[in-house]
Amino acid sequence: MIEALLIAPVVVPLLGAGLLVAVPPRRWLHRVVALAAGATGGVTAAALLPSTLDGQVSTLAVGGWPPGFAIVFAADTFSALMLGVTSLVVIAALAIAAGTGDDTARFYAPLVLVLSAGVWGALLTADIFNLFVFVEVMLAPSYALFTLTGGRDRVSASAVYVTANLLASTILLAGIALLYGVTGTVNLGDLAGAAATGGGALAAGVILLALAVKAAVVPLHGWLPRSYPHAPPAVAVLFSGLLTKVGIYAIIRVYSVLFDGTPRLRWILMAVALLTLVLGVLGAIGERTVRGALSFDMVSQVGYILVGLALFTSSGLAAAIFFLIQYVLVKASLFGSAVAIEVAAGTGRLDRLGGLARREPLLAAAFMLGALSLAGVPPLSGFVAKLGVVTAALAEGDYLAGAVAVVTSLATLLVMLRIWSIAFWGEPPRHRLPRTDGQPSDIRPTGARGPVVGPALALALPSLVLGVGAQPLLAAANAAAAGLLDLSTYIEAVSR
Amino acid sequence: MTAAIAVGVLVAAGVFLILRRSLVRVAFGFILLGHAVNLLLMAAGGLGRREPPILGPDGPTTPADPLPQAFVLTAIVISFGTTVYLLGLARAQRRGDQDEKPGPGP
Repeated sequence: MIEALLIAPVVVPLLGAGLLVAVPPRRWLHRVVALAAGATGGVTAAALLPSTLDGQVSTLAVGGWPPGFAIVFAADTFSALMLGVTSLVVIAALAIAAGTGDDTARFYAPLVLVLSAGVWGALLTADIFNLFVFVEVMLAPSYALFTLTGGRDRVSASAVYVTANLLASTILLAGIALLYGVTGTVNLGDLAGAAATGGGALAAGVILLALAVKAAVVPLHGWLPRSYPHAPPAVAVLFSGLLTKVGIYAIIRVYSVLFDGTPRLRWILMAVALLTLVLGVLGAIGERTVRGALSFDMVSQVGYILVGLALFTSSGLAAAIFFLIQYVLVKASLFGSAVAIEVAAGTGRLDRLGGLARREPLLAAAFMLGALSLAGVPPLSGFVAKLGVVTAALAEGDYLAGAVAVVTSLATLLVMLRIWSIAFWGEPPRHRLPRTDGQPSDIRPTGARGPVVGPALALALPSLVLGVGAQPLLAAANAAAAGLLDLSTYIEAVSR
Repeated sequence: MTAAIAVGVLVAAGVFLILRRSLVRVAFGFILLGHAVNLLLMAAGGLGRREPPILGPDGPTTPADPLPQAFVLTAIVISFGTTVYLLGLARAQRRGDQDEKPGPGP
């Protein structure tokens, strides 16, 4: 019976979006429906987690077709965990949009719901072509959300965002075509180990390349720091918590299923991971806006997850999954704080900020929690995650990866302290300069800070909880890693 | 071989176009790239087999693979949507350019 729930995170938001488009626009109706539909992911995850933690894989073959023809949805521990945290981000982003007034746009809530349906579909599908379809379902509303409001600056940033993602989608589809040509199937269960042959490895490599663009892995990251700082504030929170994370989820899933951890190609993944770590954080040091620094830092943090994946040991994968789960919340929280800074001070430019700690103590607390967790300071969740990655690397004798991970962590702390000391300490700027900086023009320095700071703080608090009481999530991450290392249950459930 | 050459030509033209500055040309480039990938999908199903799956002249001797056709149909719908969006974006950018022009400078 619980299997029928698997389709709910896709169907309920889509129905909600349809309802909101059909009925006359009422703001409260939009908020209530969006919130209810945004919670379906979390409810489904809560229902699925107990059975998946025992190592079961819930599957649903849509349409009642015989095995091999049906479209399969499947949930293991990894997908269920991701489903839960992404649902939290959707709810928080809806709350922030209500605070900043982004949700006054007629189609804001329906677009967010379609986007979440795409995210959750991509997390739950066990069919690589459907993965492409759901990624598109996720990206199409994101293009529209990007340019829902705003001026010329945003349109040109959006052009970068759209073209980069369209090209990646085209490459993804080409990779799937090649894979189908080689293997004759798109079911992930039947595809297990498909990259053992030369043709299969090439096709899977094309797919991973496309997914690496989506996840903004160096050297394919250029689009992200050029576009995210210009997105509408509440939309940036949504994107930061969902889009690249689906990319990295798909990389982990595809790599572990198709390549089955083959040691021949691991050095490529490790080299890319280390480059991502270093170049991302170096870019973040030089940025001049809060969101710019956070966007570049987003590139860097993906590297930790890739290090865990490249090791492909049980402890490495568990560390990568733990990292990803807590990082989704921390990053969304930091972007929420960045939005709150922009609302409170009217700008996100570091040279025009100052003295916010005295004026906005709650915001300062939220930012501090998120920033320290991102940098990996105990007792926050980022510390546990980074400790896991570093010890997994050292256990494999990969001292270079361990050292780079530690140094990157220090550099991240530098980036965060720079934002902190400029924006929160010191004196507030004497007089407001006229706005000629080309920043998004729809940021109003209003007094509505509670609804904006609240979600950021609510997303940062789990970091403290997960840091002090890390054991339950660590156990879940271990179970998820075991499911990725030993695929027999997944394969049997998906291709039965 | 014909399919491979066709895909190659389409990709070359598409890549040339998406490297242009104008968004309209970028949109046309993505249309060509989409066609190239659709052709690739069809080729993945085997171009030699193209009889109807059930009612071929000699029964189902060389039935076409229906799955790539379904894939292509899905991909066409998606690329249609994104093309419309790109063209809308091109229009917004053009209008933005015109809005910016009248200005006495900084």
